[in-house]
Amino acid sequence: MEAVNSEEVAMIQIEGITKQYRERRTIPRTPDHTKFNETVTVLDDITISIEKGTFFCLVGPSGCGKSTLLRIIAGFDSPTRGRVTIDGMEITSPSPEHIFVFQEDGLYPWLTVHENMEIGAKRIEDPVNRATAIEEYLEMVGLAGFESHYPHQLSGGMRRRAEVARALIASPKVLFMDEPFGALDFATRLQMREEMLNAHAMFPMTILFITHDIDEALQIGDQVVVLGSRPSKVKMDIKLHQPHPRDIASPELAELRREIYYQLGLHTAL
Amino acid sequence: MKRQFQKINRKASMFMEPFWAIIIMVLLWQAVVWTGAIPAYSLPSPAAVAQGLWELTSSGRLFKSVVASLFRVTWGYYLAALTAIPLGLVMGTIPVVRRTLNPLIQFLRPISPLAWIPLALIWFGIGDPPAIFLIFLSCFFPMTLFTMSGVASIRPTFIRVAENFGLSRREKYLRIILPAALPEIVTGLRVTLGTAWLVIVAAEMIAVKSGLGFLILDARNSLRMDYVVAGMVVIGLIGLLLDLLMQRMERLPAVIWKRLER
Ligand SMILES: Nc1ncnc2c1ncn2[C@@H]1O[C@H](COP(=O)(O)OP(=O)(O)O)[C@@H](O)[C@H]1O
Ligand SMILES: [Mg+2]
Repeated sequence: MEAVNSEEVAMIQIEGITKQYRERRTIPRTPDHTKFNETVTVLDDITISIEKGTFFCLVGPSGCGKSTLLRIIAGFDSPTRGRVTIDGMEITSPSPEHIFVFQEDGLYPWLTVHENMEIGAKRIEDPVNRATAIEEYLEMVGLAGFESHYPHQLSGGMRRRAEVARALIASPKVLFMDEPFGALDFATRLQMREEMLNAHAMFPMTILFITHDIDEALQIGDQVVVLGSRPSKVKMDIKLHQPHPRDIASPELAELRREIYYQLGLHTAL
Repeated sequence: MKRQFQKINRKASMFMEPFWAIIIMVLLWQAVVWTGAIPAYSLPSPAAVAQGLWELTSSGRLFKSVVASLFRVTWGYYLAALTAIPLGLVMGTIPVVRRTLNPLIQFLRPISPLAWIPLALIWFGIGDPPAIFLIFLSCFFPMTLFTMSGVASIRPTFIRVAENFGLSRREKYLRIILPAALPEIVTGLRVTLGTAWLVIVAAEMIAVKSGLGFLILDARNSLRMDYVVAGMVVIGLIGLLLDLLMQRMERLPAVIWKRLER
């Protein structure tokens, strides 16, 4: 009964999410042209279903509300209208089962790498088991030997790895990542992409991943949703079944890529 | 070989840097005394001050005065830290409390602790308590404000991460909020220790019969200007020492991280 049910209903249901802000900036940002106290609609009636275990990618122009949507799904923000359910439960607050890797550095700079990992490993009660698990996870992301380093002693890529390890050790059902590799150099970003794919294959979790890089989304996503500019609606909702590693130059993917560019009004840039 | 010598030489001259201004000031002071432009009873010579310093030290009076002053500063300072830091944490985390108490604190803060002397004397009588109370006052408000602004400026991401991993309220305060605000709290502790040392000397001139402030006042009454200046020198030295101690604290890993963030 239970199993049948969960097969019919997707794991994450985003139902008619609308988010409006009241403009509080007296000097609005130039491209926005919103006046003080005007209501700004950022997300306009967003409906998406995400199956369990999906690597979900959200793309869209900067400022379209990607972060806002992800924060609402994770329970850090509440929508003006609509609701989100995960496993049938309506989301009202953050949960250790839904771990968020934020766009900006989220490691605690006053804690060592090991101490940061302990925050994520809270669920493991036995201290010996916890220490062993921390060791394993750090080794997995290539940070063995850096346990007693402070975040400022690590490179940008290593800090991100530590943060991913801290999220994974909490064994979340859903992992949220908001442009996690945006600040990294090109080579590191490619490598981290691959590592995320491996982690996704290894752990039974659903990943919700924001990127402004369309190629990145096509490379790693099982499902790619494209948001338009504000007020944002779902422009495209595509499922990708190509196995990994994917050739981004293959005719199918190249065609999809053209289509996404076109939807975003970027066809002149090609 | 030669390069190494130059390196040692440079190190030695860098070591001397902080002392040049002091040496020149003492030389100028001595020169003024030699010209005889200012009579000895209003400006004692460096040698006379050194002599006075020696007399005060060997009689044990200096040591007793320093201990008395430090004793009062310690009590007032710790009492302030023990109350101001928790209050600042609460004000920083609960906006209602902040909005309610902030105006009162901002109003009381600019009143010099010395203005409280008459009330302190009536409330606490003569002796240590009024002096300790004045030190407490001079530290309490700035410490509260430093702690509060430290908490208020914590990056929201740090709080969100704590909520995400399901930290209890206690863990959130002890492992996240307090350490995140610690660099600013320590800055506050350093600033207020300087203020406390400034205030104690003035307080001791009025409220008590011991300590460095009293030593200076007493020396003036018996026209011993060499003791007055000797007392000033000791106050300066101890102030410097306390500040160096606090600078050490600022270099601890739990504090220095904020400066190392890019
Ligand atoms: N607290 C807020 N008040 C007013 N406007 C906001 C607030 N937070 C975000 N916005 C606006 O919502 C829009 C979407 O922001 P965001 O979700 O960060 O976009 P993205 O992550 O896609 O770049 C932006 O235009 C931003 O100005
Ligand atoms: Mg964003």
